[in-house]
Amino acid sequence: MLYRNYGFLLRNLILRDFRIRYRNMSLGVFWSLLNPLVMMAVLTFIFTRVFTGSSVPNFHVFVLCGIVPFNFFAVAWVSGTTSVYQNSGLVKKVILPREIVPISTVLANCIHFLIQIALLVAVVLSAGYGVNGYWALLPMVFGLEVVFVCGLSLISSALDVYFRDVRYVVESANTVLFWLVPIFYPFTAVPYRFNSLYQYNPIAAVVLACRNILMEGKAPPPTLLYKLFFVSSFFLVAGLLVFGRLKRKFADYL
Amino acid sequence: MSLVRLNAVSKIYSRKMDRKFLRSYLWSRVHPARHERFYALKQVTLGLHEGDSLAVVGPNGAGKSTLLSLIAGLSSPDEGQIQVNGRVAALLELGSGFHADLTGAENVLLNAALLGFSRRRAREKFDQIVDFSGIGEFINEPLRTYSTGMVMRLAFSVATAVDPDILLIDEVLAVGDSDFQAKCVRKIQELKQAGRVLICTSHVLGTLRDLCTRALWLDRGQVLREGPLAELLAEYQSSASGAG
Repeated sequence: MLYRNYGFLLRNLILRDFRIRYRNMSLGVFWSLLNPLVMMAVLTFIFTRVFTGSSVPNFHVFVLCGIVPFNFFAVAWVSGTTSVYQNSGLVKKVILPREIVPISTVLANCIHFLIQIALLVAVVLSAGYGVNGYWALLPMVFGLEVVFVCGLSLISSALDVYFRDVRYVVESANTVLFWLVPIFYPFTAVPYRFNSLYQYNPIAAVVLACRNILMEGKAPPPTLLYKLFFVSSFFLVAGLLVFGRLKRKFADYL
Repeated sequence: MSLVRLNAVSKIYSRKMDRKFLRSYLWSRVHPARHERFYALKQVTLGLHEGDSLAVVGPNGAGKSTLLSLIAGLSSPDEGQIQVNGRVAALLELGSGFHADLTGAENVLLNAALLGFSRRRAREKFDQIVDFSGIGEFINEPLRTYSTGMVMRLAFSVATAVDPDILLIDEVLAVGDSDFQAKCVRKIQELKQAGRVLICTSHVLGTLRDLCTRALWLDRGQVLREGPLAELLAEYQSSASGAG
């Protein structure tokens, strides 16, 4: 029962999710692009035409730097949360390391994320921003976000087995977070005493780092990256511990 | 060396597990009610050695599937100890781990991965699995176009390709046609001769006669009898027809 081939298993589970989602959709990639583009257009319209106070140049790039990391977070977290329940056939009847179920679900969402990051890069370049050396930090920043979502999903998917309303809590939390992550307002608008609190939210940290790198052409502050690193790693470790503890009784509750 | 050892194992289900939502959980905290508990399995002791083959019989709800899922390590016992030494492959439910929208070939690879194959080993075994299943050209069609029997053929072919030390089969073989059943029986005999352990449940006693030498009779979670298959099945059959 010892698994040595996590890689092959993970790959196949991710492929499964991806194939199921895109098999009957010839416009698959298009759907990944449509949502952020529409959100970008709507938010840009509202905050440059309706509320005209914004002084942020290239608002559409600014807002897309927020939408792309947030979209991935929201979608991946919800699907990660319900993943164990959705795959109850696997969890109850197939001998496998159960952690792999929420993790593969989150990773399957990364394919969307990559497409949306490509869109973000295209929009950044078309707005006239250049490539700079700090772009090398982007894979790490986005990677830490994935780590964070994996950790969070391990916790919420395990709880969702016991309490099926955890998924609604997650959906509500996403709605609240949309406002608490600086997506359509600049970080400088946040009162000073909340600054450090904001930076402990990994999604806010990713958004801020994105803007630093892509729009301002400078390195994100080291404290921001440290916080992102520590909070994300903390959630991954906590997620593995909580899941490991709760998984023993999964078969009785599913 | 015994490959599977159960020592006074019990599995208890309690009504407490019904609290599927936070509200009912909180409610149960405020108004603690007495929870009905019942034994899905009670004090089961069992030891299986290399080459052993055990048939588990009993009416619906006797605890047969619970026993297999405990041995597979999919759920944990509330009392007693379970020791399993070796690689377990389980066919507990038809098509768990299969997805209707994927093709037969994709499902074979997915299940090979689920059973712990490396990529190289999955590639090596792929032709053998497809060949054994007898699915033929349909292997590249989506699984939803398959009949139940075809799904079972594929599932059995993958599970036995793992070359498990312990093979658990729950009520799955019955859906195959007689040709394929004969093929399964031959395959299982090979595994037994190689010293593997087989545990299977079925309501089709004929299949059990072909596969197993020992039997365990469960009723409402308790072991009624254990012993050589032929005697026990005769007794089981007469009791079943006597009880109606």
